[in-house]
Amino acid sequence: MSRPPFIAIGLLSACVLAYEVLLTRFFSIVLWHHFAYMIISAAMLGYGASGTALMLLKEKIAPHFGAVYVMSAAALAVLMPGAFLLAQQVPFNPLELLWDKTQPAKLFAVYLLMMLPFFCGGLGIGLVFSHFGKQAGRIYAFDILGAGTGSLGVIGVLFLVPPHRVLTALTALALLAAAVAIVELKMRAKWLREIFVGLAVLAVVALPAVQVHPSAYKDLSQALNFAGARVIEERSSPLGQITVVENTLMPLRDAPGMSLNATSEPPPQLGVFIDGNGPSALTRFDGKLTPLAYLDQLTSALPYHLLERPRVLVLGAGAGSDVLQALYHGSAAVDAVELDRNITDLVSQRFRDYAGNLYNQSGVHIYEAEARGFVNSSDKRYDLIQVALLDSFGTTSAGLYGLSENYLYTVEALQTYHGRISPGGMLAVTRWLTLPPRDALKLFATAVSALERSGVSHPAKRLAMIRGWKTVTLLVKNSDFTARDVAAIREFCRTRSFDLAYYPGMNAGEANRYNLLAQPYFYEGAIALLGPQRQEFIDQYKFYIEPATDDRPHFFRFFKWNAAAELFSLREQGGMPLLDWSYPLLVATMVQAIVASIVLILVPLALSRCRRTLPGVPVALYFLAIGFAFMFMEIAFIQKFVLFLSHPLYAVAVVLCAFLVFAAVGSWLAGHWQVANKVTLAVIAMGAISLLYLAILPHLFQALIHLPDAAKIIISIALIAPLAMCMGVPFPTAMIRLANTAEDAIPWAWAINGFASVVGAVLATLLAIHVGFAAVILLAVLIYALACVSLRRFA
Amino acid sequence: MKRLFALSAILLFGIAFPAQGGEFDVARHQMVEEVSADMASSSSYGTRSAFGPAVIAAMEKVERHRFVPADLAAYSYLNRPLPIGYGQTISQPFIVALMTDLMNVRAGDTVLEIGTGSGYQAAVLAEIVSSVYSIEIVEPLGREAAQRLKSLGYRNVKTKVGDGYYGWPEAGPFDAIIVTAAASHVPPPLIRQLKPGGRIVIPLGTQFMTQYLMLVEKHKDGSVTTRQILPVAFVPLTGGH
Repeated sequence: MSRPPFIAIGLLSACVLAYEVLLTRFFSIVLWHHFAYMIISAAMLGYGASGTALMLLKEKIAPHFGAVYVMSAAALAVLMPGAFLLAQQVPFNPLELLWDKTQPAKLFAVYLLMMLPFFCGGLGIGLVFSHFGKQAGRIYAFDILGAGTGSLGVIGVLFLVPPHRVLTALTALALLAAAVAIVELKMRAKWLREIFVGLAVLAVVALPAVQVHPSAYKDLSQALNFAGARVIEERSSPLGQITVVENTLMPLRDAPGMSLNATSEPPPQLGVFIDGNGPSALTRFDGKLTPLAYLDQLTSALPYHLLERPRVLVLGAGAGSDVLQALYHGSAAVDAVELDRNITDLVSQRFRDYAGNLYNQSGVHIYEAEARGFVNSSDKRYDLIQVALLDSFGTTSAGLYGLSENYLYTVEALQTYHGRISPGGMLAVTRWLTLPPRDALKLFATAVSALERSGVSHPAKRLAMIRGWKTVTLLVKNSDFTARDVAAIREFCRTRSFDLAYYPGMNAGEANRYNLLAQPYFYEGAIALLGPQRQEFIDQYKFYIEPATDDRPHFFRFFKWNAAAELFSLREQGGMPLLDWSYPLLVATMVQAIVASIVLILVPLALSRCRRTLPGVPVALYFLAIGFAFMFMEIAFIQKFVLFLSHPLYAVAVVLCAFLVFAAVGSWLAGHWQVANKVTLAVIAMGAISLLYLAILPHLFQALIHLPDAAKIIISIALIAPLAMCMGVPFPTAMIRLANTAEDAIPWAWAINGFASVVGAVLATLLAIHVGFAAVILLAVLIYALACVSLRRFA
Repeated sequence: MKRLFALSAILLFGIAFPAQGGEFDVARHQMVEEVSADMASSSSYGTRSAFGPAVIAAMEKVERHRFVPADLAAYSYLNRPLPIGYGQTISQPFIVALMTDLMNVRAGDTVLEIGTGSGYQAAVLAEIVSSVYSIEIVEPLGREAAQRLKSLGYRNVKTKVGDGYYGWPEAGPFDAIIVTAAASHVPPPLIRQLKPGGRIVIPLGTQFMTQYLMLVEKHKDGSVTTRQILPVAFVPLTGGH
């Protein structure tokens, strides 16, 4: 056994990373997508715990290296579907987290179960590191090369195959990794190789697809319980699982926040659910406009009463409601942008007749693109840019998006939209009404900032906001609102019993007339945000309504600790629902990660006999630091590139893959590079590159955003390559050093690095929410510098 | 022998009249007191600081433990929502009391409920008004609720499984309507079936989480206004503005 099982390591690593991506899809379908953080953390915990297990059991494992390696691959194969199936049996319901004291324990159980496959994967990889320590550079290279291929490959596969089928393929791949290891390690039991290959084939051919059971509280699950409901179409891609539901007995009638004065009702609709959330409506359209009258009874219809036959851009076309609204109001032309081809295909192909061939109507053009990227790269001007209400009321009101980055509602985004509006045209953004006001005021504050940054001297003259009982619409005009505009706004609201929240020159007495609130919160908020005391108002407001920026793109974060304490104390009186609970959930995930890491990684090491022979604190600090810093860099730079690559999915895949592959190249080179201070040199280079990027990337991206996707991908990879290569140096260099000085401590270092990555992944997100991604990058550079200092000590 | 007889008698008595019923009565009373106290401290809701006596009496009377799945009966008098299957919940007692109070109903009124659920809200209303009409969209839930209400003797509650969108025109117009099923808009037929001076109450949010309540008031002239009511005394800004 002179040569490590390089190919098997690559396969195993690919499996583990692909599984991680797949789990985030599963959890989006079963629960909600912010559980992705828990998956990342569980993965890292598994890796960390495997290091501890290796450290404690090294004497017992060492003689059976090959067998244990093959067994961990086989166990990974079994546990990938097994742990997920078991986790589905845990009656965990996040909506009850704040009501039911047993829910945190159930969440923890899910977390531990999800850790198991990663433990097995980590055990296999860590075992090779500890056994062939001196070749750490090349092992690391194959490890992360596999990881990169796995994470990118699975996204490609998910376009072709639904997620539950991919899981079976991964099982087969892990079994194949076991078979390959038998060959690479020249193990004597050759018959085992045939058995594993046979099992892999069997897994693909005969294993039933894993059943995914979405939470009973998801919108889709509820809709399917209605008498007469049936699924008539399902499509899947890494962007989401789409389900179309028809109900002939009780058809969907979606008209969000329709005026109470409306007498007509929407025509029959199909419900389009994405990952079980929604529905958005696919409306039956026979070419006649009369049945669409309900679309004039929504707050989002306001701009059409101020503009004559506008040229419209709809951002987030979805299943077509906003396009229909534009047609109903006689728009001269409609460009509509939608990210997911599966959704546009529903309207333009599968249900073309039902939808009245909507996306092929004359004057209507549909573009498959990410909204912000489309506006960035287009030089067309529009009379109206309509930002659609795409997220469902339920998920928004439950505070489920508090952590997700959203580049649609940032100051820079609004500036970009503003720059694409023709003279006299306007931007219209509609949001759900939340009480006390959150989205609407944050959006208003964002618009004020955007106008100021664009050089508008009196933003107050260019903004107007109205509210119904369920939705709020904000208008940002490219010139001052005229008396005629104001008259039209007032008339629109009067006839529909919508309330005026703000228009230039509005009297306080006009606010809060039809939909009465305890106080005219929206009007008061708007006035405060336009006045000199804006910052004071934002600071004192109990929800976080500071404008979102590209560096801190968490538009849906409204959480403030002081309000949380107050709301928690009022939980029995209905205070709990006002908590934006995804943020506390993230904090809970981190606490859970720390506790689990201490219990599973650090305590066993501290109690074991081998603690006396372990290297000192500087070595521990070193592996801790590079674990944190790598995660910080990776997560922050993914976000920086999301905007440039426009497509969130491609961005994550390209950036992650580039990071891993070039880190692999870096570690490979480090192994061959005979220089004394290579870590220090790498860190200095990394610091310089990071600072340079922070300074130039925004301008560079702006200048190159119009290039075709392929060119942008190549540029991104070229930009990431030098940075990632530097980041690939510290880990294997120190591993090789340990192999020469304290070989027994390799699993220990692997465990500490794993621990840092567990906490680092979650901490990076938490920090970004508070200080922004740029600061996270700076912090990573600083931590790398600290690692250099530690390395000198342990040398 | 006498002792044995006495012991047997006590045991038999215990079986015939399980202590649970009594415990539930105590628990229910405590729940009502708690809910009333919550209301007293919830100042954001109108000007009133207490539920009407009819609402309190109804909450005292209706046995919530009979409206939750058997394994959750022990939790039935906690002031929290509970799952009832099919992704639906029985609302938090405080919210039930608040919604009932907001409907402002009196003896002799006829009310419509969209979303029967377990039937608990219908039972509370049935203690106050003369007729309750309730429609459920989830068939098994609707059937179970109908059975439950019947066995508990609520003869003034009529239920059906179907589409709540068009209301129950044969039974209307109604003095009040409550829509507990999620709706993207208030169906125009419901507004038509509401008597002038009547009210519609709609909780907005998700299962387990009522964000705010909407009260629709139809005035004598037929015009409609709404009030958005936060169930909790929470002011987003203190100390100025």
